[in-house]
Formats: sequence, structure tokens, C-alpha cells
Amino acid sequence: MPRVAAGFPARDPAPGVIVECRAVSKRFGSRLAVDAVDLEVPPGLCFGLLGPNGAGKTTTLKMIYGVARPTSGSVRVFGIDVAREPRKVRARLGVTLQENSFLERLSPVQNLTVFGRYHLLPPAEIEARSDELLDFLELRSHADLPVTALSGGFKRRLAIALSLMNRPELLILDEPTTGLDPAVRLSLWQRVRELRSEGTTVLLTTHYMEEAERLCDRLVILAEGRVVADGAPRQLIRDVLAPEALELEVAPEDERRVVGDLDGVQRLRSGRRLMLYVRDAAALLETIRHRDDGPARDPGSVIVRPTNLEDVFLALTGTRIEAGEGGAAAVDAGAAA
Amino acid sequence: MRVSPRHAVAVWRRNLALYQRTWKLNLLPNFFEPLLYLVSIGIGVGSYISEMGGTSYVAFLAPGLVAVAAMNGASFEVTYNAFVRLHFEKTYESMLTTPIQPEDVLAGEILWAITRGSIYGGSFFVVIAAVGLAPLPAALWAIPMIPITGLLFAAIGIAFSLRIPSIELFSFYFTLFLTPLFLFSDIFFPLEERLSGVWLWVAEGLPLLHPVRLVRAAFAGEFSPRLLWDLGYIAVVSGVLMVLAARITRRRLMD
Repeated sequence: MPRVAAGFPARDPAPGVIVECRAVSKRFGSRLAVDAVDLEVPPGLCFGLLGPNGAGKTTTLKMIYGVARPTSGSVRVFGIDVAREPRKVRARLGVTLQENSFLERLSPVQNLTVFGRYHLLPPAEIEARSDELLDFLELRSHADLPVTALSGGFKRRLAIALSLMNRPELLILDEPTTGLDPAVRLSLWQRVRELRSEGTTVLLTTHYMEEAERLCDRLVILAEGRVVADGAPRQLIRDVLAPEALELEVAPEDERRVVGDLDGVQRLRSGRRLMLYVRDAAALLETIRHRDDGPARDPGSVIVRPTNLEDVFLALTGTRIEAGEGGAAAVDAGAAA
Repeated sequence: MRVSPRHAVAVWRRNLALYQRTWKLNLLPNFFEPLLYLVSIGIGVGSYISEMGGTSYVAFLAPGLVAVAAMNGASFEVTYNAFVRLHFEKTYESMLTTPIQPEDVLAGEILWAITRGSIYGGSFFVVIAAVGLAPLPAALWAIPMIPITGLLFAAIGIAFSLRIPSIELFSFYFTLFLTPLFLFSDIFFPLEERLSGVWLWVAEGLPLLHPVRLVRAAFAGEFSPRLLWDLGYIAVVSGVLMVLAARITRRRLMD
């Protein structure tokens, strides 16, 4: 099947930066949701905005597309001041919100049509563009059913299709794959890569570190409204932690006895799960086994793996994942990838 | 920021697209309501009344019910429906990811409420004209009063909806505001014959009274200078509330 061009087929040479936030802050009452954030999204990249819940990701996105006003600082998109000319900026970008919003009783095609009108597209263009997007996001089979009859995966693809109606130069995705099954997620990643390869700049937030690691060329990690890291995923992993991770099941009270105070070993704890970061995890495991014949000997509890973005995220955001909330399982999944 | 008419129309067309799918379900109950009043009160109760305001009781009742139909059509749109779009369906949030601005959303919604008010008021007018209760052609002057009534109640309703924090409060709006208006706005009996002194002045504050008077004057084919006051009241109240609503809309839709 010929792949339909979903963005602009050929783009003018890069105008420098697509999104430029300068010391942007946003205050809600006494709470500082975003605190002097500097952000630069270069053209043609997939740029990730990570951070725990409440870190200020969505607020930052809202300031970028001009629905939230910065308390101080400036936001320029395509070189335009968003606060002054929100219409001009939003005509050239697309946003997929965290929560889907459709005319549920109408079909995907009718939803695309209504959305095309929001952009004042002429009817012929709306028809042509809807048709392209039905193929691009594989919605054709459900094009004329009411949205209420669609599964979560179809709905999410429709939400993304809506935000592509105006052939945006910048696509903003707020948690695009939350709650989707792995097959749908993989297919969406592929669509994002295709858009990027056609020159669309993508700015996304996600809670899935695997997604960020595999999809994003560059990312920023926010914690409590501040930028705590900025760089390419691999580079961040290199900069923040040692390359290998050793995971053990060790209760906090046994930690000293089992691991001692090894010099230069970075540690993270999530409930009973202890993660140690070193250059050579296998060698460290041997050292520990010499000291103790407890947890380190239980093969079921030990994992040696490369350090991943999840480790970096936990190290930088200081998130304490309590035992029993699946935190450790998520790390295992990361290791398997 | 100014309203962009084309974007407001896009908002209006969103509602129209949905309405085209559901109009049969929506139209019928609203359409029958004034008709039921007309039959029950107009013909039923009316048969015990020899005349009112110089006509048969059912003919007295008919013009007021045209204004009521317009009021109801517009009110539902800017109350329950707008509230759901704002808080539950996130419709406005999604519109604001496009070049649409809060002012366009407000203008589109008011325009849509006027449209629905006109559909109800208009179809009721057609029915009573068909059974000979609207003296033509004079009563045709009532037709432009229908969207004007829609505008007034769109402005009142949207200003209320944007302020309230929970959907349950609409029962106050309907039971303690619209229903009393319905009962005491010259529709069932001439207020002037029942009220005196200062109460007549108080009654002038009732929003529905003015559209009812305008429609009734059209049916009677009688112009009086007081109708200018009725039109002025509608213009000023609608205008003030729309300015107020525009301010709240910006606060509600933007952070």
C-alpha cells in the first residue's frame, strides 16, 4: 500500500527553532506549576517532555499552544509570540490532548470534517485530507461507524488524525499512548516516526520511558516545574548513571549488611527492590555474593541489565515508588526490552 | 481579542452537525410541550373563560407560548448542553487547540442557542398559524421576535452556566427562574389587571415579559411606544450579559 504523505512533503530549510521557551513560569495561586523553564525544540526532531504527575508537563504544553498564559517569561513558536498571535501559531500546529474529545454520536469522517472547519479549511481540502488520514491512521474500516462503537485504540488514532487535519508543522502529543495495547502503541510509534521523517516536528509527553527512549531524539525531564535534565536519551543515561544496573531484592534494614558501603556505587530503592549502578554489574554481583549468602544468591531476585531511561528518570525526579504499586515490575519490563 | 465570525460559525456548525443526527429525538418533546399547554389550558380551562384581553382565551394564550418555546429552545442549549461540553466532553478544550479563541466559542454557542430557540418558536408558530390562531399577515411580525427572545435567554443562560460549579444547580435555574417567568409573564393572564403600584414596576424586571409583549403586539397588529422599551430592555440585558460572559469564558477556557 502506498504510504500517504501525512505532513508537508517538502519543508523549507529549518528556521532555527520551532519552540522557544525563555524562563517561563506559571503560577496557580500559591503553587508554582512551572518554574523558569527554558526549552528549545529544534525542527524535525521528536522531542520528549518527561516528568512525574504534576511536574508541569501539560501546563508547559498549554503555554506553548497559547491556552495558558505564562506568569512570566516568553514563549515563541515558529518565531511568533504565542501570547500575541495565538491564532496564527495554532493554525500551524496540531495538539492531541490527554483526554479524547469527540462528537461521540458521529462517525470518524464527520468528526474530521467538523475539526477541519475549525481550521477554516475549504470543503474539498477537508475531504481530501480526511481521506489521507483514514489511511495513514488505519481508520478506514471504521470510517462511518459512530465513534461510540470504536475501541480505545481506534479512538486514540482518531484523536491523532484530528490533530493532523491542518497538516501541522509541529505536532504536540500529550500522553499519546497511555492505556493502549502494545500493538497499537507500536503502530503509533511508527506513524510518529513517519511524520518526523517527512519533516514534522513532534513534541510529546509520556510516562513510558521505553517510549521516550525509542522515539525521542531529545528530551527534557521536568520535576516540580523545573528542568532537571536535557539531552538525547542515551547521552542522559551516560551522564547520569553508570552503564550497568544490578537489581536485588533487599529489605532496607539488610542493605548495610548485604551491600555495605561500596564506594562510587549509585543506588536507588523502590520498596524492597534495590538498584545499583556500576561499570561492571556482574563483577559487583560477585563481590556481594562473597559477603553474603542471602538475597544475592537467590537467582529469582537478581537482574543484571543495561541502565535505561527509567533509572535516570527515577534518579533525577526522586520518585519513591512504593512497593506493591508495580514499580519494580516496570523496571523489569524495561530490562527485557 | 475580537470574535472571528468564521470561527464562530465553525463552532455553530459543530452543533448543527450533531443536531442533524439527533433532531428527531430532540425536537419532539420541546415541540409538544407548548402544544400541550395550548390544548390543556387554552382549550380546556379556556372553555370556562368567555374572553381575556379582548379575545378567546386560547387566542390570548397562543402568542405568549411562542415566546416560551423560543425561551426553552435557547435555554436548554446554553445550560445543560453547554455545561456538558465545557466540563465533561472537553469540547471547548479541543476547539482551543485550533485557531478558535474563547470569544469565538461563546459567539458560536449563543448563535446556536438562538438557532434552536428559533426552531422551536418557529415550528410552534407554524402550528398555531395553521389552526388559525395567528392572525396573518400582522402576526408575521412575531417571527423576528423569536430569535430576539432566543438571544435574551441565551445570554442569561450562558452567563449562569459559566459561573456555576456543578450541574445540579440547573434545577434552580429551571425551577426557580424559568418556571416562575413562565407563570407570571403575561402569558396566562394580563399582569396589569392583577398587579398595581410598585408591583407593576417590579414586573418590568421579568425578562420573559418583554418578548411576550412583543409577540402579543404583533398578533394584535397594534404598535405602541412601550414596545421600544421592551426591545431596549432585551438589547441592554443581552448586551451586558454577553460582555460579562465573554470575560468569564476567557477565565474558564484559559489558564
